[in-house]
Amino acid sequence: MGTFLDSLSFPARVRKDIGEVLLKKDKEPVFITCKACNRRALKQEWKKNYYVCPVCGNYRPIGAYYRLSIILDKGTFKELNEDLKAKDPMDFPEYQDKLKRQTEKTGLPEAAVTATGKINGHKVVTIVLDSRFFMGSMSSTVGEKVTRAVEYATEKCLPLIIFSASGGARMQEGIFSLMQMAKTAAAIEEFNAAGGLYISFLTHPTTGGVTASFASLGDITLAEPGALIGFAGPRVIEQTIHKKLPKGFQRSEYLEAHGFVDKIVPRSEMRDTLIQLIELHSK
Amino acid sequence: MIEKVLKSVEKLDRKISELEKKAAGETDELVETAFKYDEILEGIEDEYEAWEAQGIEIGKLKKMRDCLLSECEELSPDEKVFLARHPLRPHIEDFIEGLFTDFFEQKGDHLFDEDKSIYGGIARFHGIPVTVLGHRKGHTVEENMAYNFGMPCPEGYRKALRLMNQAEKFGRPIITFIDTPGAYPGLEAEEHGQGEAIAMNLAKMSQFHVPIIAVVTGEGNSGGALAIGVANKILMLENAVYSILSPEGFASILWKDADRHKEACKLMKLTAADLLKDGVADCVIKEPVGGAQRDYKEVFKNLDKELYSNLKELMALSPSGCKKNRQMKYRKIG
Repeated sequence: MGTFLDSLSFPARVRKDIGEVLLKKDKEPVFITCKACNRRALKQEWKKNYYVCPVCGNYRPIGAYYRLSIILDKGTFKELNEDLKAKDPMDFPEYQDKLKRQTEKTGLPEAAVTATGKINGHKVVTIVLDSRFFMGSMSSTVGEKVTRAVEYATEKCLPLIIFSASGGARMQEGIFSLMQMAKTAAAIEEFNAAGGLYISFLTHPTTGGVTASFASLGDITLAEPGALIGFAGPRVIEQTIHKKLPKGFQRSEYLEAHGFVDKIVPRSEMRDTLIQLIELHSK
Repeated sequence: MIEKVLKSVEKLDRKISELEKKAAGETDELVETAFKYDEILEGIEDEYEAWEAQGIEIGKLKKMRDCLLSECEELSPDEKVFLARHPLRPHIEDFIEGLFTDFFEQKGDHLFDEDKSIYGGIARFHGIPVTVLGHRKGHTVEENMAYNFGMPCPEGYRKALRLMNQAEKFGRPIITFIDTPGAYPGLEAEEHGQGEAIAMNLAKMSQFHVPIIAVVTGEGNSGGALAIGVANKILMLENAVYSILSPEGFASILWKDADRHKEACKLMKLTAADLLKDGVADCVIKEPVGGAQRDYKEVFKNLDKELYSNLKELMALSPSGCKKNRQMKYRKIG
């Protein structure tokens, strides 16, 4: 297991985010309580375990920069289009205030972080959706950042790795959010036509418009254990069909069994798996 | 509001046509049958007798009707949603019959199933072979059920892609008709990879070299609409709507209250006029006052004209120019 953790070579702006992936809600600085099993464990234990519960193995959502610090080689992180901010194309009431609060909470200007870096010496383009910002929902700026990063990968002939996490469309941007599905899918297909390797890594939760666009178009599709992955939400489906859904429905393991995921990869093996795949595709 | 107005207009329409037929010396029998057939019009019998007793004549009734119809000239977004979903609005079968010739239906995704909520095949438009397809809702309750109210499952998107792949192979332009409440939120739909099916259509449609024109005829909601909607040109009927989600779903997500859907309509900017302004729609097709269901012929005439001129324009592009043109349409948004 050669999993990496590199926080020092990230810019100061994001370094804090890497050290403190936990939300401010967590009152206890020493112990962290697992949301699934309700047991407490030392923060150090959680950290060592990449924020997977040391007791029950439940996956805690992690921030975009923290994830990048796990997979990228030391000192190679370089963010792309970090200044692109969310827009308000429909003049939607209270949207700008909500955006401001999301930024205050997470320190992020939008729900997507796009970057270049190296993985075991191989240069890659990587995109991470951060579920802490507006549930990782697809706004026109998220679509634009994703598209620009994919276009960059196409132009430079670099492998592309996208970690998806999204509640779906950003309602406050209406039709503009919907159109990002067409825009990002088109960019991926151009990348595909140019012969690039795209690894789609599905994390909790990947739903709605993100599932129905770039997240489902990978050459290789990987998933984190226990992640919710689907198009329609489970509540809406239950209301429509008036039936209880089977156990484990729309979880990573269920999707693997139904033929939509190549492999379920634990966080501790994420970097090694990516290295293996990138090297298998190196010429 | 518009619901009441239209009901009264329909009543007047019937009375007028009956009186006209009487004046022309035709028998009452036909009208009488039409009367009983239409159960939508509650209490029509009473009013009918009242009119009979008053001895009202045609001219006056027409004036009443036109006065009522003038209420429909300026409609609010939620009234347009009502019209977009009107059960008597022209649907895909009507458009194919009205605008195309020589239609040959193609069925099934040739992988697993035949999804009846997508209807399509090969036809001629002004003599030009084209692939035409779209959502199918049906007019009656039985049809609605058989076609799943126009909500496709993954098999429907894959059937659409099969038809479109052939269009690309044989160099036929593609014309799609959008009218769906959205993708079907069902268990099997998820198990069979609804997200993947929609994503694949978006990706492949972005690569085609043949012209694609999408016509939003009724309601176009969510990924279910977009999955056959990645086009060079988007035409919208005047009272059609196109949005991220149904107004009910939107209100339910945003305010946890689906009953606030009318309020949602105002914020969603989903009307043809809004989308034309925002650069998503390219052209708005005029409808008769009171909605497309009032006069199919006029709708077909207006749509035919715009469809033909847009198609001619796109057919003048080179294959790679046509693909680029479509990609740029979406690249510019956001």
